[in-house]
Amino acid sequence: MEHQTIPACGDDTREHLVVVGNGMAGCRAVEELLARDPARYRITIFGAEPRVNYNRIMLSPVLAGEKSFAEIVINGQEWYDEHGIALIAGDPVAAIDRAAKTVTTRSGLTTGYDRLLIATGSDPFIIPVPGKDLPGVIGFRDMNDVETMLEAADKGGAAVVIGGGLLGLEAAHGLSLRGMKVTVIHLMPTLMERQLDEAAGWLLKQALESRGQTILTGADTAEIVGASHVEGVRLKDGTTIPADLVVMAVGIRPSVALAREAGIAIGRGIHVDDHMVTSDPAILAVGECVEHDGQVYGLVAPLWEMCRALADGLVEQPTGYRGSVTSTKLKVSGIDVFSAGDFASADGTEDIVLRDASRGIYKRVVVRDDRIVGAVLYGDTADGGWYFDLLKRGEDISALRDVLIFGQSFASGGGQADPKAAVAALSDSAEICGCNGVSKGQVVSCIAKGAHSLDALRGTCKASASCGSCTGLVESLLALTLGDEVQAGAKTVCKCTSFGHDDVRREIVAQAMRSIPEVMQKLHWSTPDGCSSCRPALNYYLLCALPGEYVDDQQSRFVNERMHANIQKDGTYSVVPRMWGGLTNPRELRAIADVVEKYDAPMVKVTGGQRLDIFGIRKEDLPAVWADLNAAGMVSGHAYGKALRTVKTCVGSEWCRFGTQDSTGLGVKIEQATWGSWMPHKFKIAVSGCPRNCAEATIKDFGIICVDSGYELHVGGNGGIKVRVTDLLCKVATEAEAMLHCAAFIQLYREEAWYLERTAPWIERVGLAYVQSRLLDDTEVRAALARRFFHSQSFSQDDPWAKRAEGAEREQHAPMAHFTPRKEFA
Amino acid sequence: MIGDWLDIGWVNEIPVRGSRVVKVTGGDDIAVFRSGEGKVFALRDRCPHKHGRLSQGIVHGGAVACPLHNWRISLSSGEALGEDKGCTPTVPVRIDAGRVLIHRASTLAAAA
Repeated sequence: MEHQTIPACGDDTREHLVVVGNGMAGCRAVEELLARDPARYRITIFGAEPRVNYNRIMLSPVLAGEKSFAEIVINGQEWYDEHGIALIAGDPVAAIDRAAKTVTTRSGLTTGYDRLLIATGSDPFIIPVPGKDLPGVIGFRDMNDVETMLEAADKGGAAVVIGGGLLGLEAAHGLSLRGMKVTVIHLMPTLMERQLDEAAGWLLKQALESRGQTILTGADTAEIVGASHVEGVRLKDGTTIPADLVVMAVGIRPSVALAREAGIAIGRGIHVDDHMVTSDPAILAVGECVEHDGQVYGLVAPLWEMCRALADGLVEQPTGYRGSVTSTKLKVSGIDVFSAGDFASADGTEDIVLRDASRGIYKRVVVRDDRIVGAVLYGDTADGGWYFDLLKRGEDISALRDVLIFGQSFASGGGQADPKAAVAALSDSAEICGCNGVSKGQVVSCIAKGAHSLDALRGTCKASASCGSCTGLVESLLALTLGDEVQAGAKTVCKCTSFGHDDVRREIVAQAMRSIPEVMQKLHWSTPDGCSSCRPALNYYLLCALPGEYVDDQQSRFVNERMHANIQKDGTYSVVPRMWGGLTNPRELRAIADVVEKYDAPMVKVTGGQRLDIFGIRKEDLPAVWADLNAAGMVSGHAYGKALRTVKTCVGSEWCRFGTQDSTGLGVKIEQATWGSWMPHKFKIAVSGCPRNCAEATIKDFGIICVDSGYELHVGGNGGIKVRVTDLLCKVATEAEAMLHCAAFIQLYREEAWYLERTAPWIERVGLAYVQSRLLDDTEVRAALARRFFHSQSFSQDDPWAKRAEGAEREQHAPMAHFTPRKEFA
Repeated sequence: MIGDWLDIGWVNEIPVRGSRVVKVTGGDDIAVFRSGEGKVFALRDRCPHKHGRLSQGIVHGGAVACPLHNWRISLSSGEALGEDKGCTPTVPVRIDAGRVLIHRASTLAAAA
């Protein structure tokens, strides 16, 4: 779908705001402005990078492989379109003419402004040593740097990171995860000395070394060596460390060149007043490029505060920025480090310290005149937000003094950990989401305006939408704010009815109901034809209750199940043919390759479920794609459905020296027995040939682990947002028993779980003991469940692709009409 | 005036509680819906939120739920319902002897 830009009207007389810098500060300032007055300014944003606005502090997770670039985009192109913002990306502003009030880009484009906002951020500081300009020497500042690092990591080899601060350690962590041999060179005696004290720095060094990094502290770089590309780093003590990549992360400098050329007053950064106005009243500046009250900042939190003050000034309701107190968190997974404020011991300060060596915990709170002035936490950072909040508010902590170090839940009474009480006690200005600068007050007001779920909050105020580490806090706020409403909401199927899922399922069977309208009529639905929550649920419940009789209602299916493919965000679809147990052959591979070329699919990906996903297929082409795949003997993989997805296998006793049973063969048999079955939610199976568990069976809905004496059957695993390891259901001796238990378990889940409830939360809700009692106590009950499953399967194992390839439901794919406008409309 | 309206086909070519698409060269597709009550509506096939294809959503009452993020869009006004804010342009529809006619200028407005 092509984008439409909303053209600025020819007679647009609004003041023109030109923003130099398409980064976090520039775009946040615009967001703040739009929130106050969406129509006041005509806005143009210039960016040096050829990209939309992304979250720079999330580059570390991208490098570490935990996020994709798409996931760190803050505002996609549609945001610019919606607000009528002209984005000129990839063409940086090269000069400002203050007299003429114009800016000119590198390519020569000149634009006039009424107000100019400089948000050029900062540049990495490159230490002036010989060899600093060699290819392979980079900073860690933007997506290009990340791409360079990923390319280098693909080739393997060694990397040297110069600088053991926040940025350097995150770069080192990412490169190390990507398989490079990493050495960190740090000039100072301890790591992150500006944020951590010596004790925490030492713990951090130990932890990183145990992960395979080499950390050299007190090491001074003399020279970067290499002929045409970097080959190594020589230290002043003569040591040379070989390197294929050198990342300079010794610090950042405000990017002030443009402002300096234009004659705007600068110190370390661009001088601004409390309203972010520079020495030229028409020109503002914000972010890491500014110096306010003698301070420059290199962290994200001050930027949010500056942008609020800036926007207040732009709409002539000035509030003023008063400087920021900052806190730091290191984004290295598995290592929790937090620091805030001033923690250098000085006259009049007291240290409160807690160490727990066996758990690797170190906490230090620095107090002066009964107020917290600094905090350093290592290993357990849960109370970081609380200390930081007390610090910022300058709260008198004398009453808490004795228990302060044990954390908020203890200090607020009882010693019982109650996360809800802890969250309730936070002040409204306490920051909840550091990535997006969202305070508790903003989250609560969003909930009050109707964002009653995590997704809704992520969509509105963006809390927990980036790194996700504050998800628990946000959930607590939801529970606190909505109270019983959350409970009540969970009980009914949706707002259309006062009945819960169990009631509806029971009544469908008891009253022998046969259609969605009948259910809605008899159970007093409050809407004429339901909603997008209850209709798919009712359709499934009826399908499950009446196998072979109920006629599926296509209009009550989600798009993917209606189209038998996965809709992607650009409106195209992805197609996954079934590969039994993950096995394939030349004929299938050839057919897939042919489809990719014939329909110009831009991407093919190996999925986590051991098959191939073909991306970018147009809706109109789906039937032809399916016909081609059918011709090679392949059927729908149901990768789009609340249905059996895949059966993942390892190679088992046929090839593997550790294999105890034929796990591949069993996986294929199970997939052939279970494919095509509709379920309350997606359902994944795996079979591992030995306890080494290469098929990852213990995070599947149903997992089999083969052992010498038979088959361990595991249930209720999930590898999603919340990882849940399976529970052991039982152990059986033969393949036939394993398959029977599998069928019976699936049927119990099909008959009793709520729609859109995976096996993991279902088992948590009903209890493993209940599931075991239904499946294990009485062989006849188990056999009856399995019989019902296979009866249902006798109606569901026909390939939905084949029917459509032959022309069924053609209207789903073909347009109703097609118009080409005549010239006068074009 | 017949020239103001485009004839796109029979009413019963659109499934009840479903939709069909009208393609427009150089512009956004138009989604044509038929509600549970049998009324026909036409909208730009583009959710105001993240541009999801409304034609692929679940139709219920007088609204369609966008397949991408479940925004509910009114079929008659194009406005987002509930807490969401945004609007999809609508296209006037006329039914004439079982044929569906959609307003020409509104249909082609997107083909700039």
